[in-house]
Amino acid sequence: MGKTLAEKVWDAHVVRKGEGEGANAQPDLLFIDLHLVHEVTSPQAFEGLRLAGRPLRRPDLTIATEDHNTPTLDIDKPIADLTSRTQIQTLRNNCKEFGVRLHSLGDAEQGIVHVVGPQLGLTQPGMTVVCGDSHTSTHGAFGALAMGIGTSEVEHVMATQTLSLKPFKTMAINVEGTLRPGVSAKDIILAVIAKIGTGGGQGYVLEYRGSAIRALSMDARMTICNMSIEAGARAGLVAPDQTTYDYMYGRPHAPQGEEWDAAVEYWNTLHTDHDATFDVEVDLDADTLEPFVTWGTNPGQGISLNEAVPFPGDFGDENAKLAAERALQYMGLEAGTPMKDIRVDTVFLGSCTNSRIEDLRAAADVIRGREKDPKVRMLVVPGSARVRLEAEAEGLDKVFKEFGAEWRFAGCSMCLGMNPDQLEPGERCASTSNRNFEGRQGKGGRTHLVSPVVAAATAVRGTLSSPSDLEPASVSASTTTDAA
Amino acid sequence: MEKFTTHTGIGVPLRQSNVDTDQIIPAVYLKRITRTGFEDALFSAWRKDPSFILNQEPFNAGSVLVAGPDFGTGSSREHAVWALKDYGFKAVLSSRFADIFRGNSGKQGLLAAELAQDDIELIWKVLENAPGTEVKVDLVSKTVECGNVVAPFEIDDYTRWRLLEGLDDIGLTLQHEEDITAYEATRPSFKPKTLPARIQ
Repeated sequence: MGKTLAEKVWDAHVVRKGEGEGANAQPDLLFIDLHLVHEVTSPQAFEGLRLAGRPLRRPDLTIATEDHNTPTLDIDKPIADLTSRTQIQTLRNNCKEFGVRLHSLGDAEQGIVHVVGPQLGLTQPGMTVVCGDSHTSTHGAFGALAMGIGTSEVEHVMATQTLSLKPFKTMAINVEGTLRPGVSAKDIILAVIAKIGTGGGQGYVLEYRGSAIRALSMDARMTICNMSIEAGARAGLVAPDQTTYDYMYGRPHAPQGEEWDAAVEYWNTLHTDHDATFDVEVDLDADTLEPFVTWGTNPGQGISLNEAVPFPGDFGDENAKLAAERALQYMGLEAGTPMKDIRVDTVFLGSCTNSRIEDLRAAADVIRGREKDPKVRMLVVPGSARVRLEAEAEGLDKVFKEFGAEWRFAGCSMCLGMNPDQLEPGERCASTSNRNFEGRQGKGGRTHLVSPVVAAATAVRGTLSSPSDLEPASVSASTTTDAA
Repeated sequence: MEKFTTHTGIGVPLRQSNVDTDQIIPAVYLKRITRTGFEDALFSAWRKDPSFILNQEPFNAGSVLVAGPDFGTGSSREHAVWALKDYGFKAVLSSRFADIFRGNSGKQGLLAAELAQDDIELIWKVLENAPGTEVKVDLVSKTVECGNVVAPFEIDDYTRWRLLEGLDDIGLTLQHEEDITAYEATRPSFKPKTLPARIQ
């Protein structure tokens, strides 16, 4: 019988097969092709190596960047928060001591770890990629098996360049059809999570398939794979194709010359065989999909933007009912309120989910020639210093600034409350990030997860909106952005 | 890692599903560079509410957390496990754990025991009717006892063995270093290296 893509990648990395079969088989020992490191989940791992007198086995397969703690303003000044500054300095010291390549704040390659890897061409099809960050699933967009790990595992990879991993189950997410204008990859993944739930992917590697996925760009595929973890999945991936190769070709660490040809020949084998079977298959219709938005405090609590805040009584399951009641209370929402009547205070465009160049372009296209609701604050945070430079070369920074948005330096920013970009208690945010957990964007902050174009349209109207809700843009203002 | 065979301690009923790791420990506490001292950070936002279960005696002295389904979702932060352990928890019972949280627990000697939701509900009732009731978690027999409830739990054999023996993962893997070296020799040359750095 044939193999799924995930099984092929897995099998190609087995250093040592675990004994036994089925659910209680011993884990396989897998080789790790790329280890991404950042300041938050690494200090205790480096310390563990030091205490045990162990070297870092493969510095040449390891790369570090600073992203979670870093400010997005005044990056040329010392970091004001002392504990953040200490953590960043600790990473710098550790990378120096163990010979790890580091892209620090101010460096042209600094940025969110999941934006940096792909843009350098370090993420390639058929690889195993790990990082002490759950959104490592992002790299699955290239047909890599990419997993978030804890700090003990970070130390294990540093010491051995391997991980002990238990067998997984496979789930196909079939998305057939054509997305309508204003509907994007973010809406696909929010709809998938709403459908299967935050635990629905638990134990599974998801493979996103179907005509709607094939039609997506790499940036869009990364958005989808990024949020696989929000469905509880161990990883999410998309088979590589010409779109993947076109994205990779010429990137600094992409293979060159004959190596490129050899790589493509191998990459072409990385697809699920016709006679392979998935443990579970889930179908989603792209033709009828609408912009999606979350109303609650976990990413599975999402609905179409055209709908209203649900009634807890509508949930059959007692736990879901309780969770909905609690979420509505935290979110300050009344059941039955149309989602589009919900007014926001802040719009955040950024995070490892939606901070790549296409995300910025899509949002800029919506706001170009339009005015921001004066009561709304909008933060635009490119995913990496390189994305920022690219956007500025296209004049996107001017579009955002003229609109009245804040144009920031690269980092995780308002996705999580670890740096100065945070919501105030009770503040409501339309956010292109990945988690609407209580307090995630700042203590007491209220998060609605949305796509970049919904974020942009919301900044115009002040209430949750899709681009189709907007009046036509003024012609005169649009002429200022011809640089793009 | 300390060996785990059985543990008996006060059970804490946390009647909530989807307890994500941002709730277990908010990001602001992740700036520390130590592996211990996170007890103050555990559920820090919820602990500001006087009615929160860990603010009530005798639950504040609890060591077995009995939680709703999908415990430990979200961020991979192992700090969530460190915070639970530093507070004094030895075991968490739930009908479904997020994979990364479960993995992290196994590395740190915190027992993540998977029970049927019906059994979780029975244990919740015992703990709510008689606060302070102890829960006995027996990893040898894979059972939980609480009041008149006796329930089996699931844990994979490998993690169970490592917990029972108190084994260090890295040490185990390095016993197979020859296999790693042999694998490295077979890797295709087109696979990328981070060094030397190529910059665009």
